[in-house]
Amino acid sequence: MSDIFVVVEHRLGEIRDITFEMLWKAGELAEKLSHSVTAVLLGHEVDPLAQNLSDRADTIIIYDDERLKSFNADLYKQIIAGLIEELKPPLTLMGSTSWGMELAPCLSVKSGLPLATDCIDVIPKNGTFMAQRQMYNGKIFSNVSFADAPGCLVTVRSGVFPKDKLGDRQAQRVQKDIPSADMKPGKEFKEFVETAAGDVDITQAELLISVGRGIGEEENIALIKEFAEALSGVVSCSRPIVDKNWLPKYLQVGTSGKSVSPKVYIAIGISGAFQHMAGVSGAGTIIAVNKDPKAPVFRTAHYGIVDDLFKIIPVLKEKILAVKKG
Amino acid sequence: MDIVVCVKRVPLTEEVDLVIDNQKKGVKKDQLAFVLNDWDNYAIEEAILLKEKHGGTVTAVTVGNEDDEEVLRRCLAMGADRATRVEAGDVSRFDSLGIARILSQVVRDLPHDLVFTGVLADDDNHGMVGMMMAEQLNLNHSCMVTAIELEDGKIRTTSELEGGLGEVSVVGLPALLTIQTGINEPRYVSILGIRKAAKKELKIVDLGELGIPDEELAPRTIIEEVYLPPETEGAQILEGDPDKIATDFVEILTKKGVME
Repeated sequence: MSDIFVVVEHRLGEIRDITFEMLWKAGELAEKLSHSVTAVLLGHEVDPLAQNLSDRADTIIIYDDERLKSFNADLYKQIIAGLIEELKPPLTLMGSTSWGMELAPCLSVKSGLPLATDCIDVIPKNGTFMAQRQMYNGKIFSNVSFADAPGCLVTVRSGVFPKDKLGDRQAQRVQKDIPSADMKPGKEFKEFVETAAGDVDITQAELLISVGRGIGEEENIALIKEFAEALSGVVSCSRPIVDKNWLPKYLQVGTSGKSVSPKVYIAIGISGAFQHMAGVSGAGTIIAVNKDPKAPVFRTAHYGIVDDLFKIIPVLKEKILAVKKG
Repeated sequence: MDIVVCVKRVPLTEEVDLVIDNQKKGVKKDQLAFVLNDWDNYAIEEAILLKEKHGGTVTAVTVGNEDDEEVLRRCLAMGADRATRVEAGDVSRFDSLGIARILSQVVRDLPHDLVFTGVLADDDNHGMVGMMMAEQLNLNHSCMVTAIELEDGKIRTTSELEGGLGEVSVVGLPALLTIQTGINEPRYVSILGIRKAAKKELKIVDLGELGIPDEELAPRTIIEEVYLPPETEGAQILEGDPDKIATDFVEILTKKGVME
């Protein structure tokens, strides 16, 4: 029986959802393949975390050390590479998160195992695995296989698998000491900072009018502001608008911004990259306005308007003003 | 402060209908317009800003064919001192590990206190070349960097985490950083600027000269097939003339209880 590894991601004393999502997928694969699920937990004073995983894995391998108090890709890489060498898991899952994006490629080089990143599915195939992922911001899908190797590494996109418990497992805990070899990381954690504080809280809005790259120029943002005003809604935006400094970070919706749950979310000129759509999964109704009928946003939106936003938004605004007046 | 920035030329695919190629291994590119990868644009700008503040050199590197020199010229026009293109024939035969291996070999021979890549490339969306290079070159590293400050021979970086959180770290040099969009405001490059930069050194290195054993370049992660996204139910598209669309739009908002 082989073990599928799941590298546990946790922050500020809490297990992150991606961990539960990976454990769900690992559980599903383990059932199919008669494998077992091993959670690999690195940190300091992680007992409560291990408790939360105890019915989702067969084994929890724990490295509890002061030096692992905060995430450090160097230390994680060395420890996990050693563990992979020892136990030879056919598959190791990590989060396609900021931390996973730092850890996984280093681990791939260090361990010599092939890596597929940001995967939306992992499928058993001919005794190994095939990963499904997206390219061109979701416009193209691809199936990826791995060269002959004792195992493979996969980073998993957040939010694609359920975070529910799958099956009933009773984890056995295995405590390990971190190897005594050179463990001086080249990076030292200092602090977490809040980068999206501001005086408007878009997470509380019932109606969000969100603007993306399609707006073209900074001065066109006024069009969206007027539209939002007519609707008595709140303006939000996608990442490119913040990158260009056209709107402040605290109005950004998406994985690196805020997750919102308005009754209605109107996405204007937003192509619908998953990083953005992940932030609106809690929205009641999504209405997308985009001139590209193939824009990924129309795959998740409930309603769509395929038109040039500069033509249709003024018409929508006039109609709303007329209805409100009448 | 000597900085090497690894860049890539990528197709513009927004508002474009992509067509799968005959081998089903990629998309047809002959009709597409190409640009400097957005993340790399921020990376080269950040390198130039650091150079302007602290002195040193900026070198832009790419792996690709003659057409890809276009993005190197752009980097030179922005303020890079020199550029290197690795001529490697058909680059689609390499995976990210192979590309990282080639770039690492080039970087080894260049002075480097810092190496930058973008977080991600806009075409294959792998996001792994940078950190693979860090491991191959045994460099310290920081990922998704949104701020850099020099501090007593080290650097202080802010990395973007999820949910609007930043992670501040101190990183020893030399280091490799993957640069996130929004870290700066990349400067405008004029046609004239690109023409002027034609005098700057653009070195072409043949892959063979780098002496990398073939087996180290063999792909480990293999694209079996690419395909268009599976059909989903998708959005209900509002049809008709603009007035009809507007009427339907208002009706939806009313039904959902957001029209006061």
